[in-house]
Amino acid sequence: MNFRHLGRTWLIMLAATAATFAKEFQPAIVYDFGGKFDRSFNQSASEGAAKFSKETGIAFREFEITNAAQREQIMAQLAKRGSDIIVAIGFTQASAVEKVAKQFPAVKFTVVDAVVDLPNVQSINFREQESSYLCGMAAALATRTGKIGFVGGMDIPLIRKFALGYVEGARHVKPGIEVIQNMTGTTPAAWADSTRGAELAKSQFGRGVDVVFHAAGATGLGVMQAATDAGLLSIGCDSNQDYLHPGSVLTSALKRVDVAVYKAFQNARNGTWKAGRLELGLAEDGVDYSYDEFNRRILTPAMKQRLDEAKAEIVGGKIKVSEYQAE
Amino acid sequence: MNLPDSAAPPALELRGIDKRFGTVHANRGVSLSIARGTIHGLIGENGAGKSTLMNIVYGFQPADSGEIRVQGIPRVFGSPQDAIAAGIGMVHQHFMLVENFTVLENIVLGVEGRRLIAPGLARARSALAALARDYGLEVPLDALVSTLPVGLQQRVEILKALYRGAEILILDEPTAVLVPQEVEQLFRMLGRLAGQGKTVILVTHKLKEIMAVTSRVTVMRQGAVVAEVATRETTPRDLAEKMVGRAVLLRVEKTPATAGAELLAVRDLEVVDAFGVARVKGVSFSLHAGEIVGVAGVAGNGQSELLEALAGIRVPRRGEIRVAAAGGSPAGSDPRARRRLGLAHVPEDRLRMGVVAAFSAEHNAILGYHTLPEYNRGVLLDGDAVRGACERKMAGYDVRPANPRLPVSAFSGGNQQKLVMAREIESDPRVLLVGQPTRGVDIGAIEFIHRQLVGLRDAGKAVLLVSVELDEIIGLSDRILVMAGGEIIGELSPQEATEEKLGLMMAGVREMAEGGSRNPEGR
Amino acid sequence: MSAVPSMKLPRWVELGMLPVINLAAALVVSGLVVRWIGESPWAALKLMTDGAFGSQEAIGYTLYYATNFIFTGLAVAVAYHAGLFNIGAEGQAYIGGLGTGLVGLWLGHWPFWAVLPAAVAAGAVFGAAWAFIPAWLQARRGSHIVITTIMFNFIASALMTYLVVNVLIKPGQQSPETREFAAGASMPGMHAMLGKIGVPFTATPLNLAFFLALGLAALVWVFLWRTRWGYAVRVAGLNPAAAVYAGISPARVTVGAMLLSGALAGLLGLNELMGSQHRILLDFPGGAGFVGIAVALMGRNHPLGILAAAVLFGALAQGGSQLSFDMPRVNRDMVVVIQGLVILFCGALENVFRKPLEAVFNFGSRLAARGKTDR
Repeated sequence: MNFRHLGRTWLIMLAATAATFAKEFQPAIVYDFGGKFDRSFNQSASEGAAKFSKETGIAFREFEITNAAQREQIMAQLAKRGSDIIVAIGFTQASAVEKVAKQFPAVKFTVVDAVVDLPNVQSINFREQESSYLCGMAAALATRTGKIGFVGGMDIPLIRKFALGYVEGARHVKPGIEVIQNMTGTTPAAWADSTRGAELAKSQFGRGVDVVFHAAGATGLGVMQAATDAGLLSIGCDSNQDYLHPGSVLTSALKRVDVAVYKAFQNARNGTWKAGRLELGLAEDGVDYSYDEFNRRILTPAMKQRLDEAKAEIVGGKIKVSEYQAE
Repeated sequence: MNLPDSAAPPALELRGIDKRFGTVHANRGVSLSIARGTIHGLIGENGAGKSTLMNIVYGFQPADSGEIRVQGIPRVFGSPQDAIAAGIGMVHQHFMLVENFTVLENIVLGVEGRRLIAPGLARARSALAALARDYGLEVPLDALVSTLPVGLQQRVEILKALYRGAEILILDEPTAVLVPQEVEQLFRMLGRLAGQGKTVILVTHKLKEIMAVTSRVTVMRQGAVVAEVATRETTPRDLAEKMVGRAVLLRVEKTPATAGAELLAVRDLEVVDAFGVARVKGVSFSLHAGEIVGVAGVAGNGQSELLEALAGIRVPRRGEIRVAAAGGSPAGSDPRARRRLGLAHVPEDRLRMGVVAAFSAEHNAILGYHTLPEYNRGVLLDGDAVRGACERKMAGYDVRPANPRLPVSAFSGGNQQKLVMAREIESDPRVLLVGQPTRGVDIGAIEFIHRQLVGLRDAGKAVLLVSVELDEIIGLSDRILVMAGGEIIGELSPQEATEEKLGLMMAGVREMAEGGSRNPEGR
Repeated sequence: MSAVPSMKLPRWVELGMLPVINLAAALVVSGLVVRWIGESPWAALKLMTDGAFGSQEAIGYTLYYATNFIFTGLAVAVAYHAGLFNIGAEGQAYIGGLGTGLVGLWLGHWPFWAVLPAAVAAGAVFGAAWAFIPAWLQARRGSHIVITTIMFNFIASALMTYLVVNVLIKPGQQSPETREFAAGASMPGMHAMLGKIGVPFTATPLNLAFFLALGLAALVWVFLWRTRWGYAVRVAGLNPAAAVYAGISPARVTVGAMLLSGALAGLLGLNELMGSQHRILLDFPGGAGFVGIAVALMGRNHPLGILAAAVLFGALAQGGSQLSFDMPRVNRDMVVVIQGLVILFCGALENVFRKPLEAVFNFGSRLAARGKTDR
């Protein structure tokens, strides 16, 4: 690899651009395959960026990835063109962030859902198992049939992490509860197949499930629609999805990517941004379950009380939620 | 036959029809006048412009210049619908019938009238009854077309045209699919049509038919009319010379055969098609050095399957094929193995099987022989050797244009066939299987091809000739096997074979075989 | 050469002018779309062409993408000449890449000159093996190859997800990808190779695999048009009945051509994994197998045409990415629309302009003929 010479050129260019645009803070965000309108993970990130932009009046650059080779190319380009901080959404960005961050040590990188240990990279991860745990409890409390369902997107470790927390939470309430699990597929298309999501949900309903939790991106929209159509309950994921089908979405497992992105931008601007690993769970308000005017009627006060107790116990360390480990 | 009324305008008159396709001048100022109530012949070699001319008359394509008058009135046809409206009907060589419709449904197809079909059908039924009565065109109206013999299907096509009000009827090679008896019926019917005032244009390349039924004949060559004569004032030889532009031999000159050793023996052969239906049923015969054995039969009676089984293309269900060269042992079963045993094959359907139309002539000239060491140098094909071999074959067989790099689709049917013959004969086979050697081939090339086959016989090889052209079978063969319904139902010598005898046997009448010199071997 | 198109047009029009007109038409319609969303078509066109060819980096990325498309385009073309529509290049590239990737993982500590042949062989064998099953099913059981290869794309995807998520994943991480290959399994980059001979070139993923792809294009040409096996493949593809007549077994041609096709697609991993990603990750072919179909179609299944079409699609990928980078309103979905328009005009609608052109040329030749007869 002969990056040394090029690295030098770039450093010179970087210095030049930094000098030109010294005043203007330039944040950038790179979304993953799902795209910024996935009504879920990436969209949540884009909302955080938009909030920052609205409050500060500072414009940000954004890019949606379409193939693997683009990640490195785009991040390098953003860095070259003077971005101060680049937020990369999604675990698939890890290796690209690692490479590009090495080439541009002066640029700050924040990667969400992955770990990259470099002096200029901040790795933000969420303890999804904690919010899933609460959702599992909510499902177990709400079910009448004693059977609850889970529909995952693509079969990857992250989604298994959701599933594991969900099952543990449900068992915490009802030890013998039956949890039927399905993964939508094995390709990235599994994140965007709402038809298949609805089919899986319906087949689970056919087997007696009456509450279904999805961790499947846009595929989950079909899952929730199917639950509404069948007069049953669903649980949303990542963003607050309660409003999509008021009275049918029991709650949503919140993953505050928006907060993470917003804070990364804000801190970078203020100079309080720090490299290193950041784990966000219930304690840090990084994950949570949702409670608003759309689900107030179905998430009864009794349920809410159980969930809040458990939440406090998780924060206090009394309940240990296990984390899925890829071997 | 009524004499044409000299005062009335001609039924069809063409004036200076001109048509080009790119650089090809398909029709050069063709003028033609056809009197009402006559049968007019139109002959010419392939590519002489007959089809183009008829397509223009039937509205398939416009002429570049020139005028069409029907019953004296100038007409411009934008589509066949216009031509039909002007009273022109056409019976194509390949029928345009819906096989699983009834005759009646086929006839009214496209002219049903209103949205509901029932009243139209009833009207058509009575109209057709009248037509059938007037012209002797009886057809079972409620039978499915697929169940009718070919001759009757053709009759349906004619009725269809008449029902649409045709006054002028164009028949394109109508006898290609018929047995001699059906041909006779067709001609009687055409005579009756002309007698009642209809005008018939008969497009054909068979001189005998022209002589038999037409009153006048137009000869085309290279896009232009070269002669228009009253039929009774001409002879077949004269017409052939006008078509080709030089003197031709219509009859093959050959000496009596001197049959030698048995080269190919077939015993109790049974071949089935893709649906498991037996197409060749228990056929046995043998083929000797120095003879041409003809297989006569109406198309579709098992000759094709027999030929393909012999060539190794079809695997027989039962029976035995022995090639003498293999020491009497059964022959290897695939085409490559058969070729190695000295069995060459000129397939019936040249374009479907014998050539790859998009390939150049030189690459077609090695089809089936492309693995021979003489055409290969290591892993690569030897381009010079391939081209040289093709040039030699083109010179030896007078293939024109003699350009090995031209795609085979750019050659005329006759030249394609000469290339295929060259390929197979020059491979120096002991046995040559030939199917329809002169189908779609010009008269000039037919003569050449026939001479090659006789030459091969005289060189001590065996030739198995499958053809639907009875003249060809009778003229070339030393023995004639007749196939009907997948069986060999008789054998005749060319001397005793007349068209009538062969026709009856081809129709499956077995008694005629008793009159033959001997029964087929193995029976 | 015998890429035999319709003979009605002169060769230079058929192979040069017609594609350019089709491309221009696609760009005009794309321009209208860009206009419609309120951006300047000229600026967009300039961004795209600059983005694809305007700098060393641009050219590097364009040719890097093109390399993938050459592999898959050749794969589709070889099958096409045998009369087979191989929709499965995507899956064959995926599984072939697994072979290359395993060599990278296991033998990466070898020197590069030793890893390369092993990686090529493994990619080809894995890709060919994946193509073999649909080929065999077609040849012996008559299962339609279009259906089976599509299904095998899904099976490949499922298998790879299982392997990467459960077996090959680098322990202790979320992202489903393997550890990085050792240095020996890394294709020399174009910048490194050019650097050695003193030519400076920006670092891009463009690597040695590009030259391998060019070499393969030449070999495919020799195979198809200069060997008896290629001859047999083309006979079987153009006229199966004539193939049987000539003693060429269509079943053997089907299997042979598909093995070759799968092997060509299987080499994609050389560029994508050994040249760029240096690990096995999910879905690395990224649709190149499907783009290969369009590339083969546009390139008229001739290696030279495929090279040109592959560069065009590489330029669309890279230029499109730059376009959406610099013109945020043209998002990635708009870029897909533009790419789709190019495929539509150059592939599906290519006859739209053929007829008028033929009319023009026929008129011209008729005038010329008249001129001669008048004199």
